[in-house]
Amino acid sequence: MTADAASAPADGTAGPAPAPAAAPTVRGPRARTWAGYLRYGAGKVGGAAVSLFAVLVTSFFLFRLIPGDPVKTMTGGRPVSAEQLAALRREFGLDLPLWQQFTDYCGKALTGDLGTSYQFRAPVTEKIADALPNTLLLTGTAFVLYTALGIVIGTRTAWRRGRLGDRLNTGLALTLYSLPSFWLGLLLIIVFSVGMGPVPGLFPTGGMESGGEEGFAHVLDVAHHLVLPVLTLVAVEYGQTLLVTRSALLDETGSDYLTTARAKGLRDDLVRRRHAVPNALLPTVTLIFVNLGRTVAGVILVETVFSWPGLGGLFYQALSVPDLPLVQGLFLFFASAVIIMNTVADLVYPLLDPRVGR
Amino acid sequence: MSSQDHHGRGRTGPRIPRPRTLRLVAAGVGALALTAALATPLSPAPQQAAADDGKKVLTVAVAQSIDSLSPFLASRLVSTSILRLTYEFLNNYDAKDAHAVPGLATEWKPSADKLTWTYKIRSDATWSDGKKVTAEDAAWTFNKMMTDPNAATANGSFVGNFRKVTAPSPTELVIELDKPQATMTALDVPIVPKHVWEKVGDFSKFNNDKDFPVVGNGPYILTDYEPDSFVRLEANKEFWRGAPKFDELVFKYYKDGDAAVAALQKGEVSFVSNLTPAQADSLEGQENIEVNDAPGRRFLALAVNPGARAKDGERFGDGHESLLDQRVRQALFLAVDRETLIDKVYQGHAVEGEGYIPPRFSTYYWKPSADQKLAHDPAEAARLLDAAGYKKNGDGKRVGKDGKPITYRVLCHATEPNDKAIGQYLKEWWGDLGIGMDLQCLDNVSDPWLAGTYDLAFDGWSVNPDPDFVLSIHTCAALPATREDTGATDNFICDEKYDDLYDRQLAEYDPAKRAGLVKQAVSRLYDTGYMNVVAYPNAMEAYRTDQIASITTMPEDAGNIFGQDGYWSWWSAVPADSGGSSDGGGSAGVITGVAVGVVLLAGVGGFLAMRRRATAEDRE
Repeated sequence: MTADAASAPADGTAGPAPAPAAAPTVRGPRARTWAGYLRYGAGKVGGAAVSLFAVLVTSFFLFRLIPGDPVKTMTGGRPVSAEQLAALRREFGLDLPLWQQFTDYCGKALTGDLGTSYQFRAPVTEKIADALPNTLLLTGTAFVLYTALGIVIGTRTAWRRGRLGDRLNTGLALTLYSLPSFWLGLLLIIVFSVGMGPVPGLFPTGGMESGGEEGFAHVLDVAHHLVLPVLTLVAVEYGQTLLVTRSALLDETGSDYLTTARAKGLRDDLVRRRHAVPNALLPTVTLIFVNLGRTVAGVILVETVFSWPGLGGLFYQALSVPDLPLVQGLFLFFASAVIIMNTVADLVYPLLDPRVGR
Repeated sequence: MSSQDHHGRGRTGPRIPRPRTLRLVAAGVGALALTAALATPLSPAPQQAAADDGKKVLTVAVAQSIDSLSPFLASRLVSTSILRLTYEFLNNYDAKDAHAVPGLATEWKPSADKLTWTYKIRSDATWSDGKKVTAEDAAWTFNKMMTDPNAATANGSFVGNFRKVTAPSPTELVIELDKPQATMTALDVPIVPKHVWEKVGDFSKFNNDKDFPVVGNGPYILTDYEPDSFVRLEANKEFWRGAPKFDELVFKYYKDGDAAVAALQKGEVSFVSNLTPAQADSLEGQENIEVNDAPGRRFLALAVNPGARAKDGERFGDGHESLLDQRVRQALFLAVDRETLIDKVYQGHAVEGEGYIPPRFSTYYWKPSADQKLAHDPAEAARLLDAAGYKKNGDGKRVGKDGKPITYRVLCHATEPNDKAIGQYLKEWWGDLGIGMDLQCLDNVSDPWLAGTYDLAFDGWSVNPDPDFVLSIHTCAALPATREDTGATDNFICDEKYDDLYDRQLAEYDPAKRAGLVKQAVSRLYDTGYMNVVAYPNAMEAYRTDQIASITTMPEDAGNIFGQDGYWSWWSAVPADSGGSSDGGGSAGVITGVAVGVVLLAGVGGFLAMRRRATAEDRE
């Protein structure tokens, strides 16, 4: 790994450098910077690989701690002979010693085979692939909106700290942030789906589609179903981004470089946008990538209240059996998404702030 | 960065406010629309036309996910209910009193030695692809389950006693048995079309949910399915009993009960089941909504650990030795005030428990005589405990034979609020008797249950019109072979007298005599005190009367609608005149909704933009 990383900068910088042989003195510092970056990057990627392996191991053993015999739970309430139970155990590989189950699992996971769900009799990867687009549609849309809203309001409130707008916005965001999402969702359903008083029932009470529409009508139908769950998610989530952005920017407000910028005669708006915000963005970027990693995990409560057919609901069902392959597969998938997104964030930092990764 | 500064400083003249925030919000809305569009090809549009074209659509809210749509794998209620609608069985149960009536079979007859059953298969049934339904389809279905273990997953128990199944002619099915079996008109096995299913390779992996429409022969044909979104069925106009009155039947997913109730109030669904008492009470009396508070098919019992054991004689687990005394078991139950439980815990939506089979199964229903009944009587309970030698010590606690105060571990399902509530009452009542209680509410009770490491447990089963299964789980034959195995036994009961009655009812082909034997078996179970039925909870459902004009319950006089043993409810449902179909919002609703959403977001954007402009003006 280190050997590769060391040899990489030479290749990597050979292209962009305008005249490699003719201008060694110009190239030197840049190449050093790149070498530093790649070393930093390799370290982060290596760390992520170790984390991923740890997750692989954890996902296998963690869920075996859940009490309950999956075979018995699955067949519960039905007449099943001992032979049938034994046959099911054989089929699922539960009769093998634990270490053998573990090596089988690791070997298969590395080739992208996460096994077959006990309860749905379908490949885990297929179940994840079925629900993933639904979850991404919901959480992705909400993510874009709450991140944008959080950053915009966060920077503005910090810039005008203590004013009425700041107090109102921060108060509102904190209130919404502390609301239970299922409760807010249910309230929105009662008011905007069923209708209350003068408010007519404008939105569907649940689900992702009415079924039966095609083409553009289907797109509209899905968008129509999307409004309330997205609104719920945005309402409870934007406060976090807002507060982190706000406090990061507050740390910068007294800085000398801002005084300098103002002294240069810059408009206040530009001082904020071009000087303060870029320097204050680092914690927000971390949060953005953590949230981005979390978007794949779905949101169990909101998905349940709005009957959204996503990964959160699937995870809950998998846990209640316990459907070991499905629960392992989902855990691995969720954890990997967070690890990968964090690694991406780590790789982005040096580009935003040259002090990182030196 | 420095070049940008320069650029900024260099700009002069009146500042034109750039609606950046607006653009941001617009981008958000765009992203929303874009992602919706992106997701479209991934969730293919159902093939059916929209409900606007005058079709009568019956929409039913469901919560449980489908485990499989293969009749050989499916075991969940929602899945088997749908399969009941798409595949005909040999027999059906009468809606009035659940006696066997013709399904695919028009007549059935056992031989004199009770070991051969001959069924006449109807000649007027066709598969939805036009082919005739024959006895060969039925023979193939049973033979497949008998020869391929992967096809025996869901219904293998029905063919366990089958020796041979043949179809001598297209209208004749012959089943030979190893031992007499009285349940031969209660074979709840969907018969599948041989010409379709013989092409299936691995039955353990085939879920029957990819190619639509699915070839079937029930009152409805399965035409579309999107996991956790909806299941769509179309009326089978060729159904031999007559076509259903609705054109379409849609099972729509509502994972949250309160959201489903909201959908019913709005009219997005026609029917909701599994209501809580609070939900039922809130819907009661609302316009166009009928609440069906139906006698349930379930019972809730307090099961006693009789000492876990295997067929090979080995005993395991650690059930309290005092519970092996019948007087102690009966004393515990005598201290339970069932009326209070019905009143407080079920808020009146349940019937006091007595015998093992709920009253709605009138043929087999048994209740104890006045002498036999363990009515609420704490004084008698205390007397029985004293007589059994479990006397109170100085602290008022009853002491076991080991000299320690008695505390029973009671297993309860953490997912069942009623278990916990009843547990609190028991704690108080048994506490008055001098007996301690440790209520252990677990997400998954099966480990201590199977290991026999508990004293009492909350237990409940859904009873079928033929009670054979719920009776069989208390026989010695159901015990696990060794302690390593898992048996079909419910709570390790093994009683000779009970077993004898069970065996006799299974071999008795005369319905009246068999019912008599079943009642005797239930009476014996009651006396042992191992299974104390506390309540028969009602099934609470509601439907919209402006969408469903009438619907058959089962039993017909007072019964449930969802999860019937027959297909009567959805087959018989008559659409109301007012257009019938549940309103999914329609395209006008969609457009209004989307428009309002956009306006809302634009409003937020506008507000922010104005704020921003104000900021700029303040400072400049």
